[in-house]
Amino acid sequence: MIGGLFIYNHKGEVLISRVYRDDIGRNAVDAFRVNVIHARQQVRSPVTNIARTSFFHVKRSNIWLAAVTKQNVNAAMVFEFLYKMCDVMTAYFGKISEENIKNNFVLIYELLDEILDFGYPQNSETGALKTFITQQGIKGQTKEEQSQITSQVTGQIGWRREGIKYRRNELFLDVLESVNLLMSPQGQVLSAHVSGRVVMKSYLSGMPECKFGMNDKIVIDKQGKGGASDDAGKSDLGGGSSGKQSIAIDDCTFHQCVRLSKFDSERSISFIPPDGEYELMRYRTTKDIILPFRVIPLVREVGRTKLEVKVVIKSNFKPSLLAQKIEVRIPTPLNTSGVQVICMKGKAKYKASENAIVWKIKRMAGMKESQISAEIELLPTNDKKKWARPPISMNFEVPFAPSGLKVRYLKVFESKLNYSDHDVIKWVRYIGRSGIYETRC
Amino acid sequence: MPAVSKGDGMRGLAVFISDIRNCKSKEAEIKRINKELANIRSKFKGDKALDGYSKKKYVCKLLFIFLLGHDIDFGHMEAVNLLSSNKYTEKQIGYLFISVLVNSNSELIRLINNAIKNDLSSRNPTFMCLALHCIANVGSREMAEAFASEIPRILVAGDTMDSVKQSAALCLLRLYKTSPDLVLMGEWTSRVVHLLNDQHMGVVTAAISLITCLSQKNPDEFKTCVSLAVSRLSRIVSSASTDLQDYTYYFVPAPWLSCKLLRLLQCYPPPEDGAVKGRLVECLETILNKAQEPPKSKKVQHSNAKNAILFEAISLIIHYDSEPNLLVRACNQLGQFLQHRETNLRYLALESMCTLASSEFSHEAVKTHIETVINALKTERDVSVRQRAADLLYAMCDRSNAKQIVAEMLSYLETADYSIREEMVLKVAILAEKYAVDYSWYVDTILNLIRIAGDYVSEEVWYRVIQIVINRDDVQGYAAKTVFEALQAPACHENMVKVGGYILGEFGNLIAGDPRSSPLVQFNLLHSKFHLCSVPTRALLLSAYIKFINLFPETKATIQEVLRCDSQIRNSDVELQQRAVEYLKLSSIASTDVLATVLEEMPPFPERESSILAKLKKKKGPGAVSVPDLEDSKREGGELNGGGERGPDTTAMASSNASTPSPSADLLGIRSAAPVGAAPASAGSLLVDVFSEAGPAAPSAAVNDDGFLSSAPPSEDPAPPLPEADDLLNKFVCKNNGVLFENQLLQIGIKSEYRQNLGRMYLFYGNKTSVQFASFTTTTSCPGELQSHILFVHHVVSLCSQTIHFRQLGTSLQLCPLIVPRCQPPLQPPLPCVFSP
Repeated sequence: MIGGLFIYNHKGEVLISRVYRDDIGRNAVDAFRVNVIHARQQVRSPVTNIARTSFFHVKRSNIWLAAVTKQNVNAAMVFEFLYKMCDVMTAYFGKISEENIKNNFVLIYELLDEILDFGYPQNSETGALKTFITQQGIKGQTKEEQSQITSQVTGQIGWRREGIKYRRNELFLDVLESVNLLMSPQGQVLSAHVSGRVVMKSYLSGMPECKFGMNDKIVIDKQGKGGASDDAGKSDLGGGSSGKQSIAIDDCTFHQCVRLSKFDSERSISFIPPDGEYELMRYRTTKDIILPFRVIPLVREVGRTKLEVKVVIKSNFKPSLLAQKIEVRIPTPLNTSGVQVICMKGKAKYKASENAIVWKIKRMAGMKESQISAEIELLPTNDKKKWARPPISMNFEVPFAPSGLKVRYLKVFESKLNYSDHDVIKWVRYIGRSGIYETRC
Repeated sequence: MPAVSKGDGMRGLAVFISDIRNCKSKEAEIKRINKELANIRSKFKGDKALDGYSKKKYVCKLLFIFLLGHDIDFGHMEAVNLLSSNKYTEKQIGYLFISVLVNSNSELIRLINNAIKNDLSSRNPTFMCLALHCIANVGSREMAEAFASEIPRILVAGDTMDSVKQSAALCLLRLYKTSPDLVLMGEWTSRVVHLLNDQHMGVVTAAISLITCLSQKNPDEFKTCVSLAVSRLSRIVSSASTDLQDYTYYFVPAPWLSCKLLRLLQCYPPPEDGAVKGRLVECLETILNKAQEPPKSKKVQHSNAKNAILFEAISLIIHYDSEPNLLVRACNQLGQFLQHRETNLRYLALESMCTLASSEFSHEAVKTHIETVINALKTERDVSVRQRAADLLYAMCDRSNAKQIVAEMLSYLETADYSIREEMVLKVAILAEKYAVDYSWYVDTILNLIRIAGDYVSEEVWYRVIQIVINRDDVQGYAAKTVFEALQAPACHENMVKVGGYILGEFGNLIAGDPRSSPLVQFNLLHSKFHLCSVPTRALLLSAYIKFINLFPETKATIQEVLRCDSQIRNSDVELQQRAVEYLKLSSIASTDVLATVLEEMPPFPERESSILAKLKKKKGPGAVSVPDLEDSKREGGELNGGGERGPDTTAMASSNASTPSPSADLLGIRSAAPVGAAPASAGSLLVDVFSEAGPAAPSAAVNDDGFLSSAPPSEDPAPPLPEADDLLNKFVCKNNGVLFENQLLQIGIKSEYRQNLGRMYLFYGNKTSVQFASFTTTTSCPGELQSHILFVHHVVSLCSQTIHFRQLGTSLQLCPLIVPRCQPPLQPPLPCVFSP
């Protein structure tokens, strides 16, 4: 279990230090600073073992969060906890920065007391935490309120309190995906996968029961066989034109509110949502991925001192959609002595400090193409080593889900209060971003 | 040399370096470097030619980046261009870049060599020096090939500047060290030697390093340097401290040069020319005199320089080893240093004294310092100094002071550092042996040694004490008494048990008269240590027990009881088991006469050089101790204990029985005797133990013999055994094939081979007559017990007029039920082979 948790600034000064177990001494604080933060060689592994003590760290801007243990813990659990901790802190005071941490250190210690007990992670749901850990002094809570909080925190549904009331019942659903690709120069896909998240913001009264439906292949196939797809299509919320297309999800994980037994038996996702923002599910797909951009590189070596590079990018989605924040990074050889760039669209620049030509385009519609050509002058070297030709990488943002995931419905039932599924205002948004999106040249 | 003026400093470089130093992270640093590299590349690529200053600046930046640990694969050309510049700073940076970055297989090497050649032939001394430094710094074989012939010319040319000469001499030295075959002095030799007469002290200092190195390879060619060196030395030594101005270091005239001269002289024997020798002796005396003078300065540099010369002079005196007067003076001087408060001086004094002690002239003088050295051994804080003190004690030891020194070393051993203990033990053992006046003292010393530092007593030491005790009968009784007493200590070192076991086993009878050390008491004492010992020691103790049976027949029952108990006779260690079984059988079967013969006292060992000395030499490495040792033994050979006891190498004892499976020494030689004792008994019948397995895992022949003796069934052989057959038969104790039987009519041969549980036996019948045998039958029978285990398959292979070839094939011996891991019961009763011609 986690023996202690430390937060450092970029200089290695300790901002927060909370020890949960006796086997972690004060010297552990210094050990991490000396061996990781001030290490001569940059430490790349997130797990460091120093004198039989394991340090798990994550870095947020220039703040280091380190969990320490002497036991053999599940590293994935520790990192999940650290990420959750970051989320909680962000939810309480915004950006994680040295100043914010210093200003809120009492709050952070209070949170640490609550979300870790003797090193075991506890309820770290922001919504629930906010009911009893507040930033504004101590409220004069009545006895009933107190007992209500206790029963909620210790009860079945720890992530939602009773008696929430909204004048407008609203629901926001974001499908965020990042698409990763490695492509050969000839356009052959060497590896590709999408990792996605469904993030939800709910502002619903009472204790509503929700049911979430998407175009999961298994569900669609089952319904297609049974022929009892009465609510498919009828309550199709997505912007997608057809509900027939289905996707194969490789694996997925859910928020704790989702009833897993029901998912296992019927593959339906039903849950009582927490109040506010949370991540409903995470998933990964590898089949039938829509690649938003195709990069066609053309590199020609003219003698020993010149290199001609031409890169064409093609957008491969509906013309009505607009991709944003497009950035293509073309690596240059290490002996580049000068670069001339011509591009039809956007701006391109040779960045010597990064050994790359960076080409930026603000917006680009679907089914378009654009190209850049560059002349790279080389300095002859006495090194016989050939240039390794690193891949051309790309960044972008598109308003659809490259995995093909569609939200079919999100139904809300609240039996006690008098609002129905139709009264809830629902919003759905798809965002596809590039992960590691590379094409060899 | 022209210094870099302020205005010439490179601002861009300074800015770049401070940028790098201000970088917060590794990434930022790499980014900055990438940017700078791109900038330099574009500058170098640029069409308009760069001026010397910016070229120098960028090359400097590249050098800095390289030194930060990044690869630099361009800019070499620019650096080479800088070489042809006329400005000192530009040239210097060019040479710097080249000596750091250019590797020998570069294609630029030709250009570089060209530039160097130009500089060498220029008249500008600074440029020549730069070029020479570059050659020396690179120092590759290619450089040597290109310039080895050029540099000697510069070195001896009359018009060369002094500073260039210095550089040239050192450059040549460097080239000579990397590729001696390319640097051929030949015609230059005499002129190089005459550099010793040069006006400039710097040139002389540089040249002497070269000459020393060269003269070590071919001393004859440079012989003339001796007289020059002596005259130079005398000039320096006799000069007043202010004469040499620049070359006076804290009031000591030219200390480095003096040291080098003295060292050069150490390459040669004493000069034959009387005048030269007189002058040299005078110099050495002056140096020794100066050491007595009060210091001219309290500074440590002054005394260091002075002492450096003094120590070199003393090593020269030791090297010559011909001037008793000087040697004694040197010794006295070192004696003073022994009590100096500088640890380094004490160390050096002890070290030099070690070599002085081996000279016949100064040996006595060294001996006078014995108290001081013993004190140093006890009180010195630094272990390396203590080690030197121990070395010196060892070196100064002779018959007169051996007892004192050995006693001191023994008492020191109790507190000595672990790192030097083993060496100390060896030294004590050697000294005790070499200078032993009476052997009781020797035995006492060694037993003490084992008691104090048992772990560090190597095998050789205790082998040696046993050899000596066995070879000297006057000490045997005393030794037995002493070990008996030593063994009574509750905790004994294992080596002590070994020595005790061996000596009591051999000479226990000498002290058996005393009721306090009666045979049974001795045995019980030894056996009380038995269970605490390792396997080799236990094996030795078992041998000692069997010797006891011979020495004291009254202990026989007790010892047999011990041997018979399961922990011996079924011991999982094959060596112990085998010994227990053999000894048990031997003691129960053999008559007292046989026992007395077999278990006779060990014969004296042949005389050979002590193995301990060899071990010490090996440990110290060649040359460290061997010199005094050899000389010692030469000088004192007469008074050594006849040299006799330096004798046998104990490994010879171990080799007495080659069939012993374990490497442990069978010191009592009992094993080799066993078969001899058994063989006569087997001669009675024509029974061949054909199934004795001869594989390495099987019990050796001796075991089978014992079994054979105990269970030989009555012979049913109708053919009368012939006397000569007995002899033939004996061979099968250790052989697998041979002639089994032979008379005028018939020859029977046998050949057998065994693999695990399968055996194959061939019997060859040879008809020696000219007529054919009729109705020739052979019968093989086998005693009842074995019958069930053996499956015979007969195959008559060939039947011709002269020879009947009979083969018995696939004799499958189902021995498995008998072979248990502790294969104890007698394995195979012999197979009676009955035949009738």
